[in-house]
Amino acid sequence: MSEIVTITLTINGRRITRAAGAHLTLLRWVRDEAGVTDPKYGCGEGICGACTVLMDGEPVSSCIVLAAQADGAEITTAAGLLERDGSLGPLQRAFHACHAAQCGFCTPGMLMSAAALLADGRTWSPAEIRAGLHGNLCRCTGYGPIVDAVEAAQRERAQ
Amino acid sequence: MTSAEIRSSKAEELRVVGQPLPRHDQREKIAGSTRYAGDFAFANMLHARLVRAPVPSAKITHRDAAAAVAVPGVTCVLFGEDVPHNVIWVDVPGQTVEVAALKASMEVLATDRVRFHGEPVALVVAESEDVLAQACDLVEIEYEELPGVFDPAQALAAGAPAVHARGNLLGEWCIDRGDVDEAFAAADTVVEGTYQTQAVDHAYLEPEAGVGWLDDEGVLNLRVATQVVEHYRDVARILDIPDSRVRVMAPYVGGGFGGKEDMTVEPYLALAAWRTRRPVRMQWTRQESLLARPKRHRMLLRYRTAARSDGTILGQQVDITADSGAYAYLSALVLLYASVHACGPYRADNVRLHARCAYTNNPPTSAFRGFGGMQVVFGYESQMDLLARELGIPAAEIRKRNALRRGDVLPVGQPIDTEVFLGQTIDAVCDRAGAKPPPSGPRRAVGRGMASNIQSYGRLVWLNDSAAAWVGWQLDGSLTVRCGVPDIGGGQASSLAQIAAEILGTPMDRITVHFGDSALTPLAGTTTATRQLLMSGNAVHEACVLLREGVLRAVADEAGQPPEGLRLEPGGVAGPGFGMDLRQALVVCRRRNVPIEALGTFFGPKGKPVVRDLKADRVFPDFTFGTHLCDLEVDLDTGKVRLLRYVAAHDVGRAINPLSVQGQITGAVAQGLGMALLEEVAMEDGVNLTGGLFQYLIPTSTDVPDIEAVILESGEGMGPFGARGIGEPPIGPPPAAVASAIQDAIGVRPCVLPITPERVLECVDAARAAR
Repeated sequence: MSEIVTITLTINGRRITRAAGAHLTLLRWVRDEAGVTDPKYGCGEGICGACTVLMDGEPVSSCIVLAAQADGAEITTAAGLLERDGSLGPLQRAFHACHAAQCGFCTPGMLMSAAALLADGRTWSPAEIRAGLHGNLCRCTGYGPIVDAVEAAQRERAQ
Repeated sequence: MTSAEIRSSKAEELRVVGQPLPRHDQREKIAGSTRYAGDFAFANMLHARLVRAPVPSAKITHRDAAAAVAVPGVTCVLFGEDVPHNVIWVDVPGQTVEVAALKASMEVLATDRVRFHGEPVALVVAESEDVLAQACDLVEIEYEELPGVFDPAQALAAGAPAVHARGNLLGEWCIDRGDVDEAFAAADTVVEGTYQTQAVDHAYLEPEAGVGWLDDEGVLNLRVATQVVEHYRDVARILDIPDSRVRVMAPYVGGGFGGKEDMTVEPYLALAAWRTRRPVRMQWTRQESLLARPKRHRMLLRYRTAARSDGTILGQQVDITADSGAYAYLSALVLLYASVHACGPYRADNVRLHARCAYTNNPPTSAFRGFGGMQVVFGYESQMDLLARELGIPAAEIRKRNALRRGDVLPVGQPIDTEVFLGQTIDAVCDRAGAKPPPSGPRRAVGRGMASNIQSYGRLVWLNDSAAAWVGWQLDGSLTVRCGVPDIGGGQASSLAQIAAEILGTPMDRITVHFGDSALTPLAGTTTATRQLLMSGNAVHEACVLLREGVLRAVADEAGQPPEGLRLEPGGVAGPGFGMDLRQALVVCRRRNVPIEALGTFFGPKGKPVVRDLKADRVFPDFTFGTHLCDLEVDLDTGKVRLLRYVAAHDVGRAINPLSVQGQITGAVAQGLGMALLEEVAMEDGVNLTGGLFQYLIPTSTDVPDIEAVILESGEGMGPFGARGIGEPPIGPPPAAVASAIQDAIGVRPCVLPITPERVLECVDAARAAR
């Protein structure tokens, strides 16, 4: 058993401090210690992208980052994209309009990679969007509606 | 041509059904707040994990849990002897004495023999996942390796090591229809081919997971990622307790595709919770899921097809050998599906088919989207292309000439009793094809391919399938639907709301669907076999019609109106010069003893079980037809295939929600393209070498091209409003369409899946050698 370390993370604006095993990944810490379950476990090896969160604005696979490495960081998950009143944020509205979720298990991670793309401020071509999302696997949609949603969110932002 | 133009004349005036409405489950999923089976936690919760066999074939010589139990925080370690009834039965009727009625079984936890790499041997329960990790390594299990067999053909040969005491032949089906020898003798041409499909994994994003606990009534509750809440009966049998003492709930499932049709975590969660009387969570790792959960059957398909010079198929000879892996699971039925679908969507009056599946010491195989109907597409569509080339008939034309029509009889003996729109799906993809794009450079070749298919929807007719749904109005006029359907991501629950909205006029946002609970929602059967829209959809339809008739009758009696002039509108009952608010109408119902809730039960079409020699006037309720077209570019130096464009057309009868239909089609195409080009569960002498998603490559956003889904609506299906099932059918054609396009590009057809760059280069070399 590893040593216990006290870690503070700000998850979707909520500051949380917990003492837990130093070996815990960011994913396990966020899910089991902080009770925030929208990042999903899909592979544990940084391949599938279901656990993607923004760590100080950068997308990371939280299953291959140690919570201790993230100490002090701002973590954003899909729930952090909601408007303050709990309604869907702009990117989420685009996902909704484009029917971009089916089983929905990849969706929280997919949203975070898409949010990171949009945060860049550039306008991406569909091929660039596909390249930007290629670390997030989806087994239900065939990806088309997801790419459409990111494009739609870009258009919305430009207006 | 748009789908509207070829809508059947039977299309009714529909107000909600057919609308591309965002599904009601979308919002929470996109908000990140949907809780999947692994997202639930309890105070005082334990964790459970399996210890699995590291070898594919061995005798267990020694088991000792002492060191593991001594770890602080370990609650218990269970072996097979600790399981009240350590058997899971698989019973497939319809096999004759030659093979014997199949009563196969497997142990929940192996006691003296393991038959595949990854077979569960011990269950460890502990206070934390960290303790589990430590304790699992300390469970001492010793094995004496035994000879194994890893190829189904070798398994069927004399002297092969026996995987099970009764021999390695697990299932066998035969078709002998018409006069095959006469047909081949009379043929102008005969084409032959051997095709091989690989083991693939469902690779849904959500690995198997769940929680189990005892409730205040002492009932064992399992909330698990499953396609089948009715496994509560199997769990009860394992624990040796009454069925009524087990409840299984399926929250929204993170993908199923057949991989959550058999039990996964259920028996182990049940054992752990029953034994410890505490809540337990079990989460399989991706590695476990890839290692040991059943795969799609590898199949070796041998075809001989006889035809006249005009392309008319005269006869088919088909031989199928499938790898069942170490245990029966659903293999015999998967093989039956393969047999019934083996001649494709084409007339075949003279057919001889022999299909066998064999036990091996490979990972087990079982249900996977398409269920045996998929692999054979790679065979029969390759044969169609061979014939087309041999006879100089265009690919579209030869398919249309042989296409099944209403009244034609499938080789198994079942007549097609709905209108077949296969020709329309062929026209639809050809109309959209446009010009073949030019190659992007020298040493590149562009090809175009096509493939059609037939796939059943609804379960085998002797399974006495049924689905029930309860629909009730609340006093405020909102509507509650209760239906035991598991929603695995296809919009299964949302479609039911859309059907209810259509019939009762209740707006979608006033309808709540409670689903997937074996105790509190009426049982609706499995979310498998492309059956839920057919079965639960019709059950909800029936319940809603009962409700509508009741309220209209009550209001007619109350108001002295003729009932036939009244109809339900959003908000109330309307008639010529008459209107009544729905809430008032519901009060009228209650005053006049008319129920404002109804249970609808739909029973599937019935038929007798088949025997080994297949001859039946009905095997499945009905079928869905479709055609795909694919453009791709081959790099002649590296063998790399780049998909350029994909069009998929299916007659779905009626699209209840076109967004959901489109999602099923594009998603299935992507999954089928993975099988065509990328995916394979690699094994070496039974050792599963596929250790993670870094090795098991499913298509990414850069692998999948734009997929255009074309939805045709014949109105001919047996589902509500004439819908056909669409969950499985679109996964069939992609491997054949890709192989067809590669053949078009380079002149030689790949016949082994997946079509890796190495295999493409072999075809390039073969084409060069042939010139």
